[in-house]
Amino acid sequence: MSIDTAPSATALDATSSAATRRDILHRLLMTLGPILAALVIAGCILLAVGVDPLAYYGYVLEKGLFSPLGIQQTLTRMAPLLFLAAGLIVAFRAGMWNLGGDGQFLLGAVTAAASAPVLVEIMPAWLALICSFLIAMVVAMVWSLVPALLRAYQGVNEIITTLMMTFLGTSFANVLVKLVFRDPGTTVPQTRTLPVEDRLPRLFDTTITSGLLLGLATIIIVHLVMTRTAFGLKLRIVGANPRAAVHAGLGVPGLTIAVFAISAGLAGLAGAVDIIGVQGNVRADWNPAYGLAVIPAVFLARMNGFAAIGFVFLLSMLSIGGESAARRLGVPNHFTLVLVSIVLIVLALAEYVDHRYNQSRKA
Amino acid sequence: MTGLFSEVFLSALLFGAVTAAIPLLLAGLGEQMSEKAGVLNIGIEGMMLAGAYLGFVGAFYSGSLWFGFLTGAAGGVAVALIMALLCVRIGLNQIVIGIALTLGLEGLTALLHHFQFSRSYPRLPAADATVIPLLSDIPVIGPAFFKHHLIVYLAVALVFAMSYLYRRTQLGLNLQAAGDKPAALDVAGIDVIRTRTIAVLSTGALAGLGGAYLANVGAGLFIPFITNGAGFLGIVLAMLARGRPVWVLFGALLFGVCLSLTTAMQVAGINIPTDVIQMLPFLAVMIMLVLFGRRASLPAALGIPYERGAR
Repeated sequence: MSIDTAPSATALDATSSAATRRDILHRLLMTLGPILAALVIAGCILLAVGVDPLAYYGYVLEKGLFSPLGIQQTLTRMAPLLFLAAGLIVAFRAGMWNLGGDGQFLLGAVTAAASAPVLVEIMPAWLALICSFLIAMVVAMVWSLVPALLRAYQGVNEIITTLMMTFLGTSFANVLVKLVFRDPGTTVPQTRTLPVEDRLPRLFDTTITSGLLLGLATIIIVHLVMTRTAFGLKLRIVGANPRAAVHAGLGVPGLTIAVFAISAGLAGLAGAVDIIGVQGNVRADWNPAYGLAVIPAVFLARMNGFAAIGFVFLLSMLSIGGESAARRLGVPNHFTLVLVSIVLIVLALAEYVDHRYNQSRKA
Repeated sequence: MTGLFSEVFLSALLFGAVTAAIPLLLAGLGEQMSEKAGVLNIGIEGMMLAGAYLGFVGAFYSGSLWFGFLTGAAGGVAVALIMALLCVRIGLNQIVIGIALTLGLEGLTALLHHFQFSRSYPRLPAADATVIPLLSDIPVIGPAFFKHHLIVYLAVALVFAMSYLYRRTQLGLNLQAAGDKPAALDVAGIDVIRTRTIAVLSTGALAGLGGAYLANVGAGLFIPFITNGAGFLGIVLAMLARGRPVWVLFGALLFGVCLSLTTAMQVAGINIPTDVIQMLPFLAVMIMLVLFGRRASLPAALGIPYERGAR
């Protein structure tokens, strides 16, 4: 809402550059302010369990942002999250609740992990990686077909079906790892490991995966498609009012299936990029559950791709920094969940207050 | 193979199914109430965790299971209070707040567990069962269904109480209207915000109770992430039940049997990954949806915050 109201509130300014600058400043304040407030609230919890909050935050910042290794890990963690966020932007803008991201992510990861080590032996590495990306994408798309068809032709609510498919997918991915794609050479159930030299190249002399660039490109393309093209407009009409979309002559069932396919395909790519770029294999019972944290971040970004990049950066910084702090300061990693949750709630509250303030100023 | 289908085994399997079904039943009934009133409560997993943690703490320090159930329900209500304030009163996005609450409670309960119990992992003594005379003497069925803790029978009775509430009382009608056409309810002079708040707080109490049962009776201890998606299963059950409490009961039992089968297979030493069996209930429901998938009858205003006079 602040996008709509900000220009009118500053319309009296003679120079538009001053207005946009003030707008940007306002948005920065509205983001950083709540995050600071959230840090204070979470700090009180730390105090309550007997940990010095300043030491903890200092450590998280150092390990997640300022240390060379930490920032590289943070940027690497962003790659799968960006793909997931891109998929969710498509679905949410089209008004479809794809809550099955984790299942699609895991199936994409498992198929990529199963196909890549085999393919690199029979074809050049770059082609093998492209092929396993495509396979992961297609598998995740197929996985979303049942919810898509049920929603498109039977009107079955997609929240139930995608949630159930995500439970199914998580178990199915485990079955695949344990029974079908299990590496016979290891005692722990896991897939064959992709050799480091065959993985996605790292950027320059760092440990940052080039998947980051793919993720950034994808989310920006998705943003532009959704906001600047006829196809994106169609999807947004379906999202805003499906009945009106039918009257406007849009093929809603076809578009619904397309939305699910794109959204799930991107989630599958997220899994592939995490495996081929970083992990190298899938261990049994591996489930990072990125999807659940990305969903609210995409909402807070108002389904805007560029804002989502910022939130995804924040998320991965907090999780990388939190993991290091857990090892060093004895605060379990779970605290990151609390911190992320408080940040989300305070940001949502701040936006509400801002919206109310703007409304009352207009009136 | 004969040992697998012996009487003892079967009744143990069914007993486990009921124990696994009760938290799902309570969560499903709670979620159903929220959804009827137009609030999609994704924070229910967080409410269950709060209930499980506080329920365990209450029972552990007081030595009374009933006090534990009370503190568990109170924990669920406390989380529901945040949800009601943010999503019903000021109308923030229900999915964002719901997921945020679930994440936060996952983290918070795991954190508290780490500092409090992670060195000793204390357990509660086994819950004493209320044996129903005569019925419990029936072979197989008796020990499976009629030798549970009293709260199990109360939970089943609640199903019928809820049916009565929705069909025969003013409050039930108000709840339904708050989810289908809140503006009409408002015009009729009933406070929509209040009606929805009642629904969300009741959901919190039921979910908290379900969590407390899971920790205190089902497991006998609290471990981080103990609910393991039970809240999300509750959401699925509530949506599949189309507003009818009895269907929540059937659904919960179906999932309960599958969950119990997972444990039983491991005990029996059958060499299939438990994941295969865990897939069964979801597979069954998906097949049902594909075969009989009609339009789900969800409340019209589900997920939309009510603001008086808004277009």
